[in-house]
Amino acid sequence: MSFALDVFSIVANGAGVFFFVAGIVGLLRFPDALTRLHALTKADNLGLGLVVLGLLTRAGSLLGALKLIAIWALVQLAGATAAQLIGRAVRRKGPAV
Amino acid sequence: MSVRLALDIGLALLVFAVAARTIFARGAFEAVVDYVAYGLLLSIVWIRLFAVDVALTEDAIGGGVTGVLLIGAAARLRSAETVAAEETPSGSLRVFAACLCLLVTAVLAGVVLLLPDPGPTLAPQAAEHLAETGLGNPVTAVLIAYRAVDTMLEKVVLVLAVVGVWSLAPDRFWGGAPGEARAARPEPTLAFLAQVLPPLGILVGIHVFWAGANEPGGAFQGGAILAAMWLILMMARLTEAPPVGALWLRLALVAGPAVFLAFGVAGFVMASGFFSYPPGFAKPLILFIEAFMLLTIAVTLPMLVAGPPRREPRP
Repeated sequence: MSFALDVFSIVANGAGVFFFVAGIVGLLRFPDALTRLHALTKADNLGLGLVVLGLLTRAGSLLGALKLIAIWALVQLAGATAAQLIGRAVRRKGPAV
Repeated sequence: MSVRLALDIGLALLVFAVAARTIFARGAFEAVVDYVAYGLLLSIVWIRLFAVDVALTEDAIGGGVTGVLLIGAAARLRSAETVAAEETPSGSLRVFAACLCLLVTAVLAGVVLLLPDPGPTLAPQAAEHLAETGLGNPVTAVLIAYRAVDTMLEKVVLVLAVVGVWSLAPDRFWGGAPGEARAARPEPTLAFLAQVLPPLGILVGIHVFWAGANEPGGAFQGGAILAAMWLILMMARLTEAPPVGALWLRLALVAGPAVFLAFGVAGFVMASGFFSYPPGFAKPLILFIEAFMLLTIAVTLPMLVAGPPRREPRP
């Protein structure tokens, strides 16, 4: 059982890291601010979500697991808000040169 | 080379790279963004050094509140930036400044590298007397019990900083509120965050303060989180900064240092001297004092960000 949990943890964390790397590649390669934002928010949501999922099996206690999920939810909220604000600023003032 | 060592070296290189970016950034705003990233990286460094209390403070103050303060400053200085760029000091002066900075860095590095091994430490004494304070977190014990005067004076400095900011106000605005008049419509996206986040943030802030007695955390970190909640509400324009003449605001600003000082003086009567606690009552007293410091920090930091009064006081 613990072996299966370890494999699950490694796979989920690996997938999370993949999404973060993909997000960073997007941030560096995409042509303008809005598409770069798109890449970053995907990395935050899915990448961090998968990393948290992978760490849940190692949380040790129910409270620890709930805290991890709360961190993910808070980062979602903050990330989505920041992305909206930046997107709005870009639309209003045009992209930064 | 172990994985951890590789990660640590990578982290150190990253800190250097971001520090260099901060220095060589072209505009003030870019430099501030880099500086905030630098603060966040530094907090990871503190965690790797097992100094979680310092990491929390670095995150909340170094990355968070200082970042907001500096972004505000950069925004206000934007109009003057082109003028300042024309007044760039001459090449030789800049080389001289760089040499001085390098010298300071070299001396600091030398001091750290030349420390005897094991380094001089008071940690054993601090741990030995921890039980007498009733606390489980040695950092809190150092801050509120062993070095209580330092911590009290730190809070006085915070209040002085607010006095300094307020004293920039023109005479006719004295007693008025900082910031522009409240906009008719709040910023919708930010308003959503400002409505969802504070209930949770206030809970987390008080938890961090309460947990600080036995685990990493404390009044400063908790107060910074509470301050952030108020700041979000003000930024979303759901609420305004209070007029600087408000009595409750003045009382909240001085509550922390005043209560701390009162108990410090009471130590002459109740215990063995200035800033000493009666045996057996140390922990409840420390938490009582810290609660008022939490209030002061939660009010001071947003007032620093809000800036000097910019509106005439209501009659």
